[in-house]
Amino acid sequence: MISAPDVVAFTREEELEDELCSEPPLPEEYSVPLFPFASHGANPWAKVAGSKFTRDFILISEFSEQVGPQPLLTIPDDAKVSGTFDLNYFSLRIMSVDYQASFVGHPPGSAYPKLNFVEDSKVVLGDSKEGAFAYVHHLTLYDLEARGFVRPFCMAYISADEHKIMQQFQELSVEFSKASECLKTGNRKAFANELEKKLKDLDYTRTVLHNETEIQKKANDKGYYTTQAIEKANELASVEKSIIEHQDLLKQIRSYPYRKLKESDFHPYEPECALDQANAGCDQDLTTSDLAEPGETHLYAHVPSYTPKLIKAKSAKCFDKKLKTLEELCDIYFFTQTLDQLHQIERTFRGDVCYLLTDQISRALLKQQSVTNFLFEDVSFLDEKPPEKQYRGCQGLSQDAVDRKCLEESPAPKVVISLGSYKSSVECVPIKMEQEIEDSQEPKMTDSVTFEHQENLDYLDADIKGSISSGESIEVLGTEKSASGLTKSESQASLPVSPSPQVGRSKVGSRRTVSEDSIEVLSTCPSESLIPEDFKASYPSAINEEPYVDDEEGGLRFIPKLNLDNADEREDVSKQENLVQVDSACCIGKESPNFLEPLPDLGQKPCDEDGVVRIPPQPYRQAEQGLHGSFGGFPSHDGISGGLLPYELDSRYLTGNREVSKSSLDECSDSMSYISSAASTCSDRTPSPAHPACQASERHKKKAGQNALRFIRQYPFAHPAIYSLLSGRTLIVLGEEEAIVKKLVTALSIFVPNCGVYAKPVKHWVTSPLHVVDFQKWKLIGLQRMVSPAGVNVLHALSRYSRYVSILDADSKTLRCPLYKGTLVSRLADHRTQIKRGSTYYMHVQSILTQLCSKAFLFTFCHHLHLPISEREPEESVVNRRMNFLKLQLGLANEDIKIVQYLAELLKLQYIQEPGRGVNPLLRFDYVPSFLYKI
Amino acid sequence: KSSVQTIGEEQIQNPYTELLVLKGHQDIVRFLVQIDDCRFASAGDDGIIFLWNAQTGEKLFELRGHTHKITAIAPFSSSDASEEKKHLILTASADRTVIVWDCTSGRQVQKVSCFHSTVKCLTVLQRLDVWLSGGNDLCVWNRKLDLLCKTSHLTDAGISALVELPKNCVAAAVGKELIIFRLITSDDGSEGWNVLEVKRLVDHQDNILSLVSVNDLTFVTGSHVGELIVWDALDWTKQASECNFWDSSVHPDVQPEIKLSQSPNETSVQHLTSDEECVFAAVGKGIYVYNLQMKRVIACQRTAHESSVLHIEKLPNRQLISCSEDGSVRIWELREKQQLPAEPVPTGFFNMWGFGRANKQANQAAKKTQENTPVYFLELVGDLIGHSSAVQMFLYFGELGLATCSADHLVILWKDGERESRLRSLTLFQKLAQNGDLQVKF
Repeated sequence: MISAPDVVAFTREEELEDELCSEPPLPEEYSVPLFPFASHGANPWAKVAGSKFTRDFILISEFSEQVGPQPLLTIPDDAKVSGTFDLNYFSLRIMSVDYQASFVGHPPGSAYPKLNFVEDSKVVLGDSKEGAFAYVHHLTLYDLEARGFVRPFCMAYISADEHKIMQQFQELSVEFSKASECLKTGNRKAFANELEKKLKDLDYTRTVLHNETEIQKKANDKGYYTTQAIEKANELASVEKSIIEHQDLLKQIRSYPYRKLKESDFHPYEPECALDQANAGCDQDLTTSDLAEPGETHLYAHVPSYTPKLIKAKSAKCFDKKLKTLEELCDIYFFTQTLDQLHQIERTFRGDVCYLLTDQISRALLKQQSVTNFLFEDVSFLDEKPPEKQYRGCQGLSQDAVDRKCLEESPAPKVVISLGSYKSSVECVPIKMEQEIEDSQEPKMTDSVTFEHQENLDYLDADIKGSISSGESIEVLGTEKSASGLTKSESQASLPVSPSPQVGRSKVGSRRTVSEDSIEVLSTCPSESLIPEDFKASYPSAINEEPYVDDEEGGLRFIPKLNLDNADEREDVSKQENLVQVDSACCIGKESPNFLEPLPDLGQKPCDEDGVVRIPPQPYRQAEQGLHGSFGGFPSHDGISGGLLPYELDSRYLTGNREVSKSSLDECSDSMSYISSAASTCSDRTPSPAHPACQASERHKKKAGQNALRFIRQYPFAHPAIYSLLSGRTLIVLGEEEAIVKKLVTALSIFVPNCGVYAKPVKHWVTSPLHVVDFQKWKLIGLQRMVSPAGVNVLHALSRYSRYVSILDADSKTLRCPLYKGTLVSRLADHRTQIKRGSTYYMHVQSILTQLCSKAFLFTFCHHLHLPISEREPEESVVNRRMNFLKLQLGLANEDIKIVQYLAELLKLQYIQEPGRGVNPLLRFDYVPSFLYKI
Repeated sequence: KSSVQTIGEEQIQNPYTELLVLKGHQDIVRFLVQIDDCRFASAGDDGIIFLWNAQTGEKLFELRGHTHKITAIAPFSSSDASEEKKHLILTASADRTVIVWDCTSGRQVQKVSCFHSTVKCLTVLQRLDVWLSGGNDLCVWNRKLDLLCKTSHLTDAGISALVELPKNCVAAAVGKELIIFRLITSDDGSEGWNVLEVKRLVDHQDNILSLVSVNDLTFVTGSHVGELIVWDALDWTKQASECNFWDSSVHPDVQPEIKLSQSPNETSVQHLTSDEECVFAAVGKGIYVYNLQMKRVIACQRTAHESSVLHIEKLPNRQLISCSEDGSVRIWELREKQQLPAEPVPTGFFNMWGFGRANKQANQAAKKTQENTPVYFLELVGDLIGHSSAVQMFLYFGELGLATCSADHLVILWKDGERESRLRSLTLFQKLAQNGDLQVKF
């Protein structure tokens, strides 16, 4: 890990202050002004003055239709965290900036209530008075009893540090989208259940009413209706209307684009079966051509048996009714999942932003050092994608999944899947439109209509492609081809070509949807300074399309290779565009406005036997590539070879240049509009990241660092012991007490180079005699000292193999190992170090070890140091050159050379290792005398 | 306290600074046999034969076919000039079978199971393109595994060692006796052979344990009671004998305690090896160098190991390697003695637990003889400690290293660390070039 121990070392420590005081004071002009809050016992990182809460927390609020904005819960659920901070006031603030404008209810021109599948909106909000800054994630949940069936909620990450929110915006967005998606999935499930119950009730009520009417009819044969009968008839009618309404709602909620979930690894509740059922449903569809989606029906099929009850036809929407709690709104499984996720978010983003950033940067850098990073780093945690790369990972994953599925499945489901991966903000538009239109037709629809549907799929196809290419245009814009700038507008224009009256609205809808992805910096602070110029530029509002063009100069760094790809893609795009236009043109003539089918239906239809619709598999593949490309500055999954990645990252991380960092932010922002909208898709796919493990290892590091620090202070012969570990000589910690030995082993384990990417070669506790195989496998062993005859064997084995091992006797505090006269270890383990904290020391060790790694890398990969320049060159001169390099170039003294040589051997072994086989475990040793150190 | 010489931890001349543990066997590994430049086979009491790559330590094949322990193993490469060289190995087992294995494919070529007794030794006579198996009787086989001829039942103890002699003769050690057989073409003119007993030599007092051919004119035998007899290979007469390895009167510098602790086991000639000049004998715990011209022992290390020496071998560079039941392998160098024996290097060995061999024998235990002849001594230049049990045998692979096998079920490949490091660098840069990573990317 690359870290800055010097900086972190300035944490508050009493001893340090004492030492500072004892030194003669500096002249006034040279002294650094003291931190103003130092007198309060605070360090500069403690907290921003003025904030009323002690640390970051997550707040979930609701805009209740009854009581207005109200806080629901905080994470961590601890009153101390929020302190005197006014949650109610803040809830009001954050709920007042919901830009979703989710319109629900009876839209004009439609007879039935509509559900909106709205995207979440993400907003950054600041309140300088409160000293609080928040990332606010708005979402809506469905509730049958709520007004318009929706209840707006928001999740907010509240921090006193504005920079943290701004700089971690992307990561926060990704993480919160995951949580939100989880919550919403659970909510839809609960909502569908509720609807089904309600439908049963209504059905029952209708039967009862119907019977009553019949009875009345029979009883009354006078030829005219009594008021009672009319009332009953009216009631019946209204129940029937209600049934239709609710059926419609149920259908809508089921028509939610579940393909998003189907291909994901996310929904752990019913992962494979849903897919299978969907496919099964698809097969059924071929025969039945029914509009209903059997696959989705199954999703909600397992509702426990429910006894319907008589209800009033008119559902009461009154204020005295108690609204459901958040728990009740969501399927319990998903609710707990969501909470877990939020807790995880809280843990992940805990701490100072500099720490988070350093962590992210060092991770990114470490990832590049694929040749050396295994030596001292826990490579397993590198596999976990850092948040900003998450999307890439997802994409790759999804593509794999797609590819796999494509192989397995018939063309029909293939399309379903492919569509799923294109989910973009624009895609939501047809859904909405379609519902508006199609639902109005719904009651009239019979099986005979299906033919039309099949034909209309054509349009749908076009429509979707339009949305794809529009998504792509972001990337195309970045290639500085002015022509490509038109692509977007064109492709979008292809949508409203249809002369149907709904077009206007759909356009509005689309804009709105896009706008939901916009990020806005709001602030209650009157000064402009709160909104840094950089961020304004870097988070352009998606409504406004111009900024993309402006950003061209911002240095969207396209790698030439990618450009080539893009060029190809552009061709594809234009091809697709032609397709789109042709297709949409075909549709213009259609008189029936119900050409827009719910997207999920699409997947289940394209195989209809008339063959009207043949979605060729190729365009989608290219389109998919295009999407990768559209990632702008982000190295796409398959677009860039691994070799180009370092450059990319270099420009982003290594250069302190503001211009560059700005451009990198621009890159982010470009992909952002996609990410944020697609987050729901991809986030689902990522199983919850291994953060808990990370946390654990963090704790372990801290502990190990602390123990190591203690070891260094306690044992004057720490240096030769550490030298043993670094030079690959197995160190055995011998002792009677398991706890003491294990503690020492933990402490020393931070100095042990890994032999491969697997676990550290550390064995904490052994009771049996050691063998030569053990030294091959383990480089640090805790060994039990026993008095029994078995113990004698153990010691005998030790003395026998003494040439391979160094022995640290924890009981008598002695060390038997070779002499160390180098200088490296003394920097690594200075017993007079001022470092007090375990984690700081750990970082210090890591930074020195990283330096060491780079030396070893240099040494390993210098050709002439190992092999003769010419064939006739004698071996001795190579050896001389090698030693000179080690001594003079790398500045290594005495035994330090052996450390680098050992690391170099490890690097070589790792590099030349055949992929299939593991590293051949070999034991290298020297014939050097050992010495006994005593305290 | 043992009187074994120790070298300590600083071994400048010991090239073996890297080891590879080859795991696979489930019982004592007794035999190692070289197949070609970079392959060898190991076999032992678990009845399995493993083929290894001597360079990488890679396990090439696992040959299973015997149900009992392996009693003898011999490489059997075809000498057909027409075909490419075919590497076979013969293995004999206590299950009274002999199996021929193909080392290239790892398959069993043929199996012979018509033996009445366990075959204890196998010898291939390349010149005649036949091989001999020695058990209770001696059988002669051709390449196709046809039994050409066999002797009558010799003894129940059976043949313990076989060595090829000139003029189509073989010497077989059967108990105390040394029997010379001669192979003659059969009378009926077919390609078959007949085997005839030519002579029985009964000069040994005890069982003959080792039998080695020095050159075309001489071969040497050693017995359980420490007799070493040099024979003429042509007329099978005794040229010289040495039977006083244990006799302190011959070696005045011998410490009395050794004499006291004598037992036949301590003086048995476990193994013999030779170069043109000398015969090297592993006698009890010691190593003796017998000069054939001078007809006497010119150097010895009376207690070279803490326990019986099981195998010794002469290296080209005046070095000698020995392995022993004590689990160690030692490298010796035969040196001419200066006026005074060199003072041993201080070892710097800190004995923390009192198990070390602290008291070191200052004396290099060279033999004092007449002043006018050069005096030699065996200097310990290195020891290899890795096995936890008796090292049964080792195989010297030149610069590839040294393979040792042991009763702890392991085979260890000892390598020159410097050389290996260089080779790895070479591989590394080859791989770099192959991956195209050498192209500089800026």
